[in-house]
Amino acid sequence: MDEEYDNVPVRDELREGNVRIPSGCAVFGCLSRSGRRMSASGAVDAMTYMHDRSNGLGGGFAGYGIYPDFPDCYAFHVFYDNEHAREETESFLKARFDISGMERIPTRKVYGIRGAPLVWRYFGVLRPEIAAHTPLDEEEYVCRSVIHINTKIKGAYVFSSGKNMGVFKGVGYPEDVGEYYRLGDYSGYCWTAHGRYPTNTPGWWGGAHPFNILNYTVVHNGEISSYDANRRFIEMYGYKCTLQTDTEVITYIIDYLHRRRGLTLPDVAKVIAPPFWSQIERMETSERERYTLLRNMYASLLVTGPFSIILGYSGGMMALNDRLKLRGMVAAEKNDVTYVASEECAVRAVCPEPDRIWYPAGGEPVIVELTEGNGK
Amino acid sequence: MNETYIMPDYEIVRNAERCVRCMACVRLCANGAHIFDEKRGVLTADDSKCVNCHYCVANCPTKAIKIVRSDHCFKPSANYTEDVIKDIYRQADTGGVLLSSMGTTKSYPVYWDKMLVNASQVTNPPIDPLREPMEIRTFLGKKPETVKYRADGRLEAETHPNLMLKTPIMFSAMSYGSISKNAHIALARAAEELGTFYNTGEGGLHEDLYQYGANTIVQVASGRFGVHPAYLNAGAAIEIKMGQGAKPGIGGHLPGSKIGEDVSRTRMIPKGTDAISPAPHHDIYSIEDLRQLVFGLKEATDYKKPVIVKIAAVHNIAAIASGIARSGADIIAIDGFRGGTGAAPTRIRDNVGIPIELALAAVDTRLRDEGIRGRVGLVAGGSVRSSADVVKAIALGADAVYIATPALLAMGCHLCRSCHGGKCNWGIATQSPELVARLDPDVARERLVNLVTAWSREIMEMMGGMGINSIEALRGNRLMLRGIGLTQKELDVLGIRHAGE
Repeated sequence: MDEEYDNVPVRDELREGNVRIPSGCAVFGCLSRSGRRMSASGAVDAMTYMHDRSNGLGGGFAGYGIYPDFPDCYAFHVFYDNEHAREETESFLKARFDISGMERIPTRKVYGIRGAPLVWRYFGVLRPEIAAHTPLDEEEYVCRSVIHINTKIKGAYVFSSGKNMGVFKGVGYPEDVGEYYRLGDYSGYCWTAHGRYPTNTPGWWGGAHPFNILNYTVVHNGEISSYDANRRFIEMYGYKCTLQTDTEVITYIIDYLHRRRGLTLPDVAKVIAPPFWSQIERMETSERERYTLLRNMYASLLVTGPFSIILGYSGGMMALNDRLKLRGMVAAEKNDVTYVASEECAVRAVCPEPDRIWYPAGGEPVIVELTEGNGK
Repeated sequence: MNETYIMPDYEIVRNAERCVRCMACVRLCANGAHIFDEKRGVLTADDSKCVNCHYCVANCPTKAIKIVRSDHCFKPSANYTEDVIKDIYRQADTGGVLLSSMGTTKSYPVYWDKMLVNASQVTNPPIDPLREPMEIRTFLGKKPETVKYRADGRLEAETHPNLMLKTPIMFSAMSYGSISKNAHIALARAAEELGTFYNTGEGGLHEDLYQYGANTIVQVASGRFGVHPAYLNAGAAIEIKMGQGAKPGIGGHLPGSKIGEDVSRTRMIPKGTDAISPAPHHDIYSIEDLRQLVFGLKEATDYKKPVIVKIAAVHNIAAIASGIARSGADIIAIDGFRGGTGAAPTRIRDNVGIPIELALAAVDTRLRDEGIRGRVGLVAGGSVRSSADVVKAIALGADAVYIATPALLAMGCHLCRSCHGGKCNWGIATQSPELVARLDPDVARERLVNLVTAWSREIMEMMGGMGINSIEALRGNRLMLRGIGLTQKELDVLGIRHAGE
């Protein structure tokens, strides 16, 4: 961490959620379409090359396919400020889930990582009697349980809650965070990564990225100017933007459109970064009708301002730029692996000679998924 | 009117050196304020007839005339001011209710002027509207909530009729009768050229204007003047006028002097009678009655046209709007109490209702709290004076705005606030044929188009500064606003933070 922030305590009122903190960033993602499990060290290396895009106030990784021993369990990763929060959270979880594994997430001491909370993980399935009686579907129930812990249990924060996937994040440079969590020990078919450059005070661990809900993770670089329009719309549908970050609201938008409204990801991308009206007018009738409907229907979910995001989900990854491409993002392919990153150097760091490298146009999503038959 | 105790408000000052005694002023003034005294051979004036409309000033070939405020005065008092005293004299003279035109002149707070707009610096870039696309197209109406995929991959959603606006500015309701046919033609042609809408007001639609139907909103008010099936189907949308910001709680008011042959035929009322619409709609005494009228109108137009419900901004506006959003209406138009009028009782205009800024913020917040903001479009009117006001209205939560006073000004109105007299020298708020002929509809159209085009450009400039290139991303984006010099309570109602926060 930079010296200027040494010994600067994180004041509660300046934590994410109490204040809106815009930030610049570095993002990286890679996915093996054949489902080959890749070590996290590639993603960590890539982030090292984009060191200057972060300022030591937040870094994190999300891996998919990393818990093959517990493929059907929700893997909850939780930050605790104290033991009391842990006891309270565990009794909450145990009342609702059959927990088949729990442990402190293994970490190693790293220079540059400080202020770490207690970090635990739990593997569990929803208790059948609860699943039978709740009026909600299972995912919605899990989602609301997570929101309950995060808003009602003081000192506890669930930062990862999907199946066979996990988020690892903290305050520090991303490569140090990777070292701290011993990420070299994990391998998965997809990794996304984030280095943060918040324009504010020392960050809080929960405020680092990736941001997660169920299987969705979002890493994001940019500062969106549509934030409050998006937030005020999405909060009509039961979400609560407690962190006040762009990434949080983008994640909820994707969750709402993809999981709850059933839109395909290409259509989700066209809601978030739609074609201009002048482009829509030139389309053939069926396309024109489609994009006019989507733009009109979900007008308030259009995101403006610079952003490049990488969405991770079970079995796939989507990268998307704002419509004007106000943030850099490059994509590349080599054999069965697709890479996306803020800068080309990050890709070249792990894949010196890709088969293909390109700069996706603003608003044009890059979507890669496991090919048929490859296990998640 | 016998204004026994009242000295004129204005004095007509004529520069004798410049005056060439062409008598244009004498011929032009409909109020007869300029007089040529043939006996004495002197060009003089009756100040008591001057309404300060500047028509003579603008048309004097030698620029010899100016109008000044009379320095004749009462003994000063902060309590019994000149206006208060004169109003008492007028009522003692006539025993009547005082009438006024245009918006209130009282110095109530203008919240538009107490809000500041954001701009991007460093962490995200401003967008240059001269070099990048900047979108202000707006759809007004109910949005579908759910969408399904058909087997062929196409999308299927329950769609509702929407209005498509190329700019989020519409011309607000002004009836034929209160304003002239030429003014209506100018508004209709301007709306057509701009890709937006004008509004008939409650006076029906002159047969010559049916050709502009695609850019017309037809109004149904409590008097039902000029309402018939062809009229309802002529427009692009139907507006039910429940109230007007300048005179909440009472109906429209058109003096018989303005009701000649054409107006009488269009309104379907006898010539020369006062057209006073009832305060309520007599088929709407509650919200469920409104629902019936909404669906009655939809039935009459085959569910092809969005229905707007226009309400005056009053104390309980949020709850009222929430009820309307559940009544089947597609769009709610809120009219703030500083809005204009062709004629209203002065005391009502100056004392009843609340400002549009607070009403709009309260309604948008309430509709979102109840999760029904998507069910209706929201239009704000009642003293939207500039493009900055438009930007602030949209950031507070409006989809679009209604403007009327700025449109009148663009056509030549000098805000002399004498519309109820029917002698508008500018040919706008009059039915007198020789006065109406002074307003060239195509000149007025061009000036209207210029005004709205200029505002649209300014809106794009401000959006670009905020780093926003689509108006959707500004709508309800209250973080883009900061209050200046407001109390915490005012900030809370507006849902914004104070500058510096």
